[in-house]
Amino acid sequence: MLSFIARRVLIAIPTLWAIITVCFFLMRLAPGGPFDGDAPVPPEILANLRAAYNLDKPVMVQYVDYMANLARGDFGPSFKYKDFTVNELIAQGFPVSAQNGLSALILAIIIGIPCGILAALRQNSVADYTVMGFSMTGIVVPGFVMAPVLILIFSIGLKDTPFQLPAGTWEGGAFKHRILPVFCLSLLYIAYLARITRASMIEALRQNYVRTARAKGLPFHQVVVRHALKTAMIPVVTFLGPGIAFLLTGSMVIETIFQLPGIGRYFVQGALNRDYTLVMGVTILSASLIITMNIIVDVMYGILDPRVRHD
Amino acid sequence: MTSINLTSPQPEALNAAEDVQGRSLWQDALRRLLANRAALVSLIILVVVGLACFIAPSFLPWTYEQIDWDRMEANPPSLETGHYLGTDTLGRDLLARVLFGGQISLTVGILATFVALLIGVSVGAVAGFLGGRVDQALMRFVDFMYTVPLTFFVIILMVLFGRNFILMFLAIGCIEWLTMARIVRGQTLTLKNKEFIEAARAAGGSTFSIIARHIIPNVLGVVIVYVTLTIPQVILIESFLSFLGLGIQEPMTSWGMLISEGAAEMETTPRALLVPAGLMTLTLFCFNFLGDGLRDALDPKDR
Amino acid sequence: MSILDIRNLNVRFATQDGEVSAVNDVSLSLTKGECLGIVGESGSGKSQTFMAAMGLLAANGRPTGEILFDGKNMIGADEDTLNSVRGDRMSMIFQDPMTSLTPHMKIGRQLGEVLIRHRNVSADEARAQSLAMLKRVQIPEAERRLDMYPHELSGGLRQRVMIAMALMCSPELIIADEPTTALDVTVQAQILDILRDVKDRLNTAVILITHDLGVIAGLADRVAVMYAGRIVEVGDVRSIFADPRHPYTRGLLACTPRLDAAGDGLMTTISGQPPNLQKLPTGCSFHPRCSYVVERCKAERPALESIAAGRAKACFVDVRAT
Ligand SMILES: Nc1ncnc2c1ncn2[C@@H]1O[C@H](COP(=O)(O)OP(=O)(O)OP(=O)(O)O)[C@@H](O)[C@H]1O
Ligand code: SF4
Ligand SMILES: [Mg+2]
Repeated sequence: MLSFIARRVLIAIPTLWAIITVCFFLMRLAPGGPFDGDAPVPPEILANLRAAYNLDKPVMVQYVDYMANLARGDFGPSFKYKDFTVNELIAQGFPVSAQNGLSALILAIIIGIPCGILAALRQNSVADYTVMGFSMTGIVVPGFVMAPVLILIFSIGLKDTPFQLPAGTWEGGAFKHRILPVFCLSLLYIAYLARITRASMIEALRQNYVRTARAKGLPFHQVVVRHALKTAMIPVVTFLGPGIAFLLTGSMVIETIFQLPGIGRYFVQGALNRDYTLVMGVTILSASLIITMNIIVDVMYGILDPRVRHD
Repeated sequence: MTSINLTSPQPEALNAAEDVQGRSLWQDALRRLLANRAALVSLIILVVVGLACFIAPSFLPWTYEQIDWDRMEANPPSLETGHYLGTDTLGRDLLARVLFGGQISLTVGILATFVALLIGVSVGAVAGFLGGRVDQALMRFVDFMYTVPLTFFVIILMVLFGRNFILMFLAIGCIEWLTMARIVRGQTLTLKNKEFIEAARAAGGSTFSIIARHIIPNVLGVVIVYVTLTIPQVILIESFLSFLGLGIQEPMTSWGMLISEGAAEMETTPRALLVPAGLMTLTLFCFNFLGDGLRDALDPKDR
Repeated sequence: MSILDIRNLNVRFATQDGEVSAVNDVSLSLTKGECLGIVGESGSGKSQTFMAAMGLLAANGRPTGEILFDGKNMIGADEDTLNSVRGDRMSMIFQDPMTSLTPHMKIGRQLGEVLIRHRNVSADEARAQSLAMLKRVQIPEAERRLDMYPHELSGGLRQRVMIAMALMCSPELIIADEPTTALDVTVQAQILDILRDVKDRLNTAVILITHDLGVIAGLADRVAVMYAGRIVEVGDVRSIFADPRHPYTRGLLACTPRLDAAGDGLMTTISGQPPNLQKLPTGCSFHPRCSYVVERCKAERPALESIAAGRAKACFVDVRAT
């Protein structure tokens, strides 16, 4: 098992390197630069700026410098937030995104999975159709539609009532200010989890060994919990792995709409401003999280199904 | 009591899905699809929405970019002015804009899915059919692509190379082919050792012709299902980009842009948000129901 | 006193392509300690008949008629009643040992579970009894197997585990659904020995479902032959083997390999396709494939009628005369 993880981590290094390299050259070789903003900058200032950020050197030299700094865990200075390093920006933004993501994740798990199981056990019942209807809605209604609509209802429609919820403010993350964004963030995941759980549970209940368990005279809830649930969780885990990575790195849409100081919004701002180092930093963080989660998923497979061997 | 679906050994007659004599299979599938009310209604709605988006705009009194200089503010719906759903804050006709936006969104959806289809089916069929090293290399690459935060890359691309229609559907298509490739590869692997393929090989068919004549027609079923489910996915990505201001450029528009504009003025004219959001959501619903219906029709499991 | 009494059982499955008539008007009865063999080709409804008895039909399946187990009707019985009988007084060994054990649970727990459920014993006691049962079905190194997962055992061993599981509570009726198919010949013989031993020592009634007439000959007292969901001939083993009266039974016997040989070369001499259960032929279901067919067979369905003491067949033609 340990050697399995070690091996996966070793494979992850070249993967991450490839992502970083492609991303780096993509940005350096594209037309335009971080300092050609709206107002034209006088050439001598521009030259100074370029020198200050190392942009006057050949691309290969910049690349080697960047990688050397990266190896020390240094993402470099931000091009647009002039007084900050990317490390500092991420240190500010990541906790916000991760906290919201984690809350949304927990909400999604405690609502989505039980609903999916219920729908599977009562297949083709009213409960099933209700759950599947909501789930389909959650999947097709994108966050940037759901969020404004919820704002329309809870912040604008219910104005001056006790049920009004604030939107577009953060207040250091006070509970009330988190409700709408976290809820919006979790909707898609609730929807997918319910759908995936339902399908995999139905599939698990069709298995011959579930029939054997029923033939033993076990009460039905024991059949489900002991014999069907573990297998049914395999697709759920497969989905949740990268899903958690995406949740933790924050949603660009939700953070933009609710103006949360998370790294999703930093990324959008960074991309629009061609803040190379910031964009690289967030991309690397996200890719590392995805890779880590995928390794965890593979380890989970072994726990859920002893037939999967890690050697 | 507890109702669970526990299927015993599948009936021979129903396992005919892999039969090469496809005619009756397709007829059966069509019959099942027509019997599925949700899928049928969805199909009809999609046809109506499609026709409306592509044909109706030329019959409207206003075009999507025309500003009604007499009424340069948000106007309520009215038959007299010819703004059947009212106008946006600049005095542009909402109905015309929503339909034109739909035209763009649907076009991006279909083109990008086509790109994904082309890459996905070729990679999947080649990997599955050739097997060995080629298969391993291609699948490693697919695995690698799965670990890349692809939306980030699309955003970077859109920023760097400008908000370009062609780049957009190419970029989205290049994200969406991964799953298609995996599905087609899996299907090809199971088909590969079937007798009719061996026969074609024995008769001296080239790899290319076997893939084109025998593999692709037989994976068509899954591919159709997947295409139906990918189009809404792409429409979502496009609207997501547009929402962030990285999609189509003015004066062109798409559902995502309209939603983003509408969200900005929703306090005064909720209509501007709700109309495009409603139409887009309806379309996405229909694609998903149709996709599910097609899947059930092509691969019946007793339920 | 019969332990199982099936009366006019029908099983229908609703599918997207219409209704499948898997079991049609089957009546059977079985006394304590008796062994009844069920033969018929694949899809003839053997398994579904007894799935109905266990209350284990798929959700799209609907049984009608009566299945009396020790006088109580199992059709329409609630889940609690079924659960108090299943695994305790009536148990089933399923067709496919490779997929019939829960992959993520150790053998010991899967066995012990039955006792804990029905005998309310402690976990230690359950483990001890499971070990004893594994030894009884002659599993080598039984102690070690308790802590193994199913995929670590061979097919033959898994089949024995299935049998052990069915025997845990010493049931009055065991339904063995093709317990020897897919096993090699020596293992087949061992499995049959175990079943015979159980039947003789515990006076357990056994239903033995199989393709393989050789297996029936060695173990069963009576045989019922099924075709297209119907019983077409029933009688005691000796006389059916010596003097089959239904054309289908004759076909089966004609192509049965010798007792000591494996396999089911059944269909080699009965020509034609198995029937389509969604659209059964008119009259006698077997008529499209029958070489004794007469005009009447196409219009009218032969009833299962007694032809001698303890024997019955469903056929218009006296095959001895032709
Ligand atoms: N859930 C289901 N839905 C539809 N048809 C079914 C279902 N389960 C079983 N059947 C059909 O019922 C018929 C009888 O099946 P059954 O399992 O009893 O056959 P069998 O005689 O046991 O065959 P085998 O020797 O292959 O085990 C088959 O044709 C099968 O296709
Ligand atoms: S009734 Fe007719 S068709 Fe049926 S088995 Fe007898 S002879 Fe054959
Ligand atoms: Mg069977």
